[in-house]
Amino acid sequence: MSAPLSSSRRRFLGSGAAGALVIGMSPAGALAAAGAAANTSSASSFAPSVFVRIDRKGIVTLVSKQPEIGQGIKTSLPMVIAEELEVDWKDVRIVQGDLDPAYGSQGAGGSTSTPTNYEHFHRLGATARTMLVQAAAQTWKVPLAECGAAHGAVVHGPSKRKLGYGALVPLAATLPVPNADAVQLKDPAAYTLLGTRIGGVDNAAVVSGKPLFGIDTALPGMLYAVYAKCPVFGGKPVSANLDAIKAMPGVKDAFIVDGTDNLNGLRPGVAIVASSTWAAFKARRALDVEWDEGVGAGHSWADFAAQAQAAAGKPGTATLRKDGDVATAFAGAARLVEASYRYPFISHASMEPQNCTAWFKPADGTLELWAPTQNPGAGQALVTTTFGIPKEKITLHIIRSGGGFGRRLSSDFIVEAAAIAQKVKAPVKLTWTREDDVQHDHFRPGGFHHLRGGIDANGRLVGWHNHFVTFANRVEREGKSILQPGSGGSLSGDEFPGRWLANCLLEQTALECRIPMGPWRAPGSSVFSWVFHSFIDELAHAAGRDPIAFRMELLGDKDIMPGTGERGQPYSVARMRNVLKEVAEKSGWGKRRFEKGQGAGVAFHFSHRGYVAEVAEVTVSKSGQLKVDRVVVVTDIGAQIVNLSGAENQVQGSVIDGLSTLMYPALDIEKGRIVQSNFHDYNLLRMPDTPAQIDIHFLKTDYPVTGLGEPVLPPLAPAVCNAIFAATGKRVRELPLSKTDLSWS
Amino acid sequence: MSKFTLNINGKRQQVDVESDTPLLWALRDTLGLVGAKYGCGAGMCGACTVHVDGVPARSCLLPVSSLGAQKITTIEGLDKGHQHPLQQAWQELDVPQCGYCQSGQIMSACALLKQHPKPTDAQIDEAMAGNLCRCATYTRIRAGIHRAAEIATAGKGKA
Repeated sequence: MSAPLSSSRRRFLGSGAAGALVIGMSPAGALAAAGAAANTSSASSFAPSVFVRIDRKGIVTLVSKQPEIGQGIKTSLPMVIAEELEVDWKDVRIVQGDLDPAYGSQGAGGSTSTPTNYEHFHRLGATARTMLVQAAAQTWKVPLAECGAAHGAVVHGPSKRKLGYGALVPLAATLPVPNADAVQLKDPAAYTLLGTRIGGVDNAAVVSGKPLFGIDTALPGMLYAVYAKCPVFGGKPVSANLDAIKAMPGVKDAFIVDGTDNLNGLRPGVAIVASSTWAAFKARRALDVEWDEGVGAGHSWADFAAQAQAAAGKPGTATLRKDGDVATAFAGAARLVEASYRYPFISHASMEPQNCTAWFKPADGTLELWAPTQNPGAGQALVTTTFGIPKEKITLHIIRSGGGFGRRLSSDFIVEAAAIAQKVKAPVKLTWTREDDVQHDHFRPGGFHHLRGGIDANGRLVGWHNHFVTFANRVEREGKSILQPGSGGSLSGDEFPGRWLANCLLEQTALECRIPMGPWRAPGSSVFSWVFHSFIDELAHAAGRDPIAFRMELLGDKDIMPGTGERGQPYSVARMRNVLKEVAEKSGWGKRRFEKGQGAGVAFHFSHRGYVAEVAEVTVSKSGQLKVDRVVVVTDIGAQIVNLSGAENQVQGSVIDGLSTLMYPALDIEKGRIVQSNFHDYNLLRMPDTPAQIDIHFLKTDYPVTGLGEPVLPPLAPAVCNAIFAATGKRVRELPLSKTDLSWS
Repeated sequence: MSKFTLNINGKRQQVDVESDTPLLWALRDTLGLVGAKYGCGAGMCGACTVHVDGVPARSCLLPVSSLGAQKITTIEGLDKGHQHPLQQAWQELDVPQCGYCQSGQIMSACALLKQHPKPTDAQIDEAMAGNLCRCATYTRIRAGIHRAAEIATAGKGKA
């Protein structure tokens, strides 16, 4: 079904060689040629847009423009075109598009690929189908209305005549491309492909070990590189034993790269270039660098925790929301609940370590990149700003990523490969070691929440106060030096239950640090949901109320909660009530009697345009061992599930990723260094902890179709922790789970 | 550099590498067999799993000099037409997400099925605990192993 890693041009020209990586092709202008005019058809093929091409055998080639990182977009978005095009999936081939302005925006982040492309992709398919039907009607000289498309052919109703798409290519190729906004889309009731289970287009290559990922890139004469950075962020090399390294077997070169001060740019380091990955790795072990560690050397997690504790007693440095008067509300409350929650920095730990292959050709100043990236445009832009190589001289091949989770939205590995390639002037593959990957991430920031909530005599929540202590980098913005919280380290004043309460005070204090931070799957939401739905659970229990009834009351009767200010996002309370009601029903909430050591917990969260509620059922052994028995997930992500198999895969993965991140990973910081280095001390969940059962319910609603890479993850951790409380009476207020003794008697 | 003759997927293949080069890098960089993946370099993630004389091994820790004439099987050589029951089941159930760890998962699962043609969930947990999947496709890996066991049994029935 797929043609891994062939470039569009190569594929479109019909060379047909699939399976191998593109070798030394310079496609500058190739896709531009394909995209120069809307109808780029030729005598041998019909191409009404840069995304769709049909050959005279009726084989349909569709371009996947978005990076594939395991979220399944390379399968699902082309399915949308195929549905409207009325072509059988077996006759469809998918090629990965390079970075090219002709494709519009290309990036995999924020669960946005589906919502921002869904309708457009329908129109791409419908446009092609409309032209093929026109071509058939003209061929037969019959009214258009008497013709219809199905299974890659046009049929004339009255006469039952039929012409396959391949046969219609020559005529269709000469027709003007209609206005995409005016073409007729299919009635969703008539969908035959969307909503069915379709396997990933690269599955055959995955299970047979074909070259597919960035790290599999191979070019003639290619060299292999590693890049050592200062263990303290923001540090730089002063000197290194470069002569000794250069004398090692297989080493071709070793040199210092000056880099910049930008934590998100090219960080200073030492490059080693060798004839094999192993030679480079070995030389790396022998590398001895004198570092100028800089101010970051003072960082330690213990010190940050002490600063956060000290901040808790004072007002925040920023007020994110202030409604009513919490002090008065708390003074009049029947019960006041106080709790502090905290979580550490974590890495993304995608299975494929960061890597990038780069080839700089001094003769014409061009740079070709093979990058497993979520953010190809940003990678190209960073190369341009760092080295002054103009955009037109940079070709970027988007290569399948062995996991993303937000890590590959940062472009450090791309700009490092580009720096090395310019020095060695040969194709070079930079591979990070696992240790580099764990310790030089753009981390999910840690955080501390100091919470208070008041309950009145009727068991209602009357006031909420949170002082959130987060982490920030100092950056220049429009000539001013400001503290910029890390991605996911900034609380919106609108985050639930902000907006819902008459008395609500949200404050934030940022601890300055020189630690790179970046988006980690469902940034912010992935931890805020845990904190807030754990604390809401504490309040429900303090009020003596059922956790779902308490939340339902908190959500209230309004259908829409408008956003605050210009950038606030409206929240459909009706949709959330609906998923919450449904998860109660599907899980049999309140109907099961649990033994001591067993229990159920609930949480919901709105993020990335998706409404999700989850119930977890757990067993905790007397010795404190957790087993998640069942998770029930109810989502409302709009009117249509695109690929049912892919969607269920994302839900299963998000649930288990959420559980993994609750149970295991944590980074310590000492003397400005990340202490953990590999999977022996940076743990992730494995098969034995996998929940026995995950029940998935997609509610079909009338709302726009939205993404599923992220929104299911946030409610998992609080649902499990609330179930742990129900089972044991133990409240988890610190991540990872191992920090809390769950044993009971 | 030294020359080693390795027995890989039923073929004798010569590599000219440093003697401490792990099999993983000889496969990937020298022979172009990239199905075995680098994940940790320390035998902790299972992405590099191959079979040595039928036993699953972490190729990132195996120096080529230690291999002698032992039979090495990689994902590329698991089945000529790539139709091993596990490869069929993985596609049928759409197991992969990113797919990076899956060749290692399949190689570990293959060894399990040799030992236990109808494995229980507990046996799967034990045999597969050495293979990380960061996308967390464990639910489907488990289902895929059960399905492969069925396919293998059905295949034998016909024969």
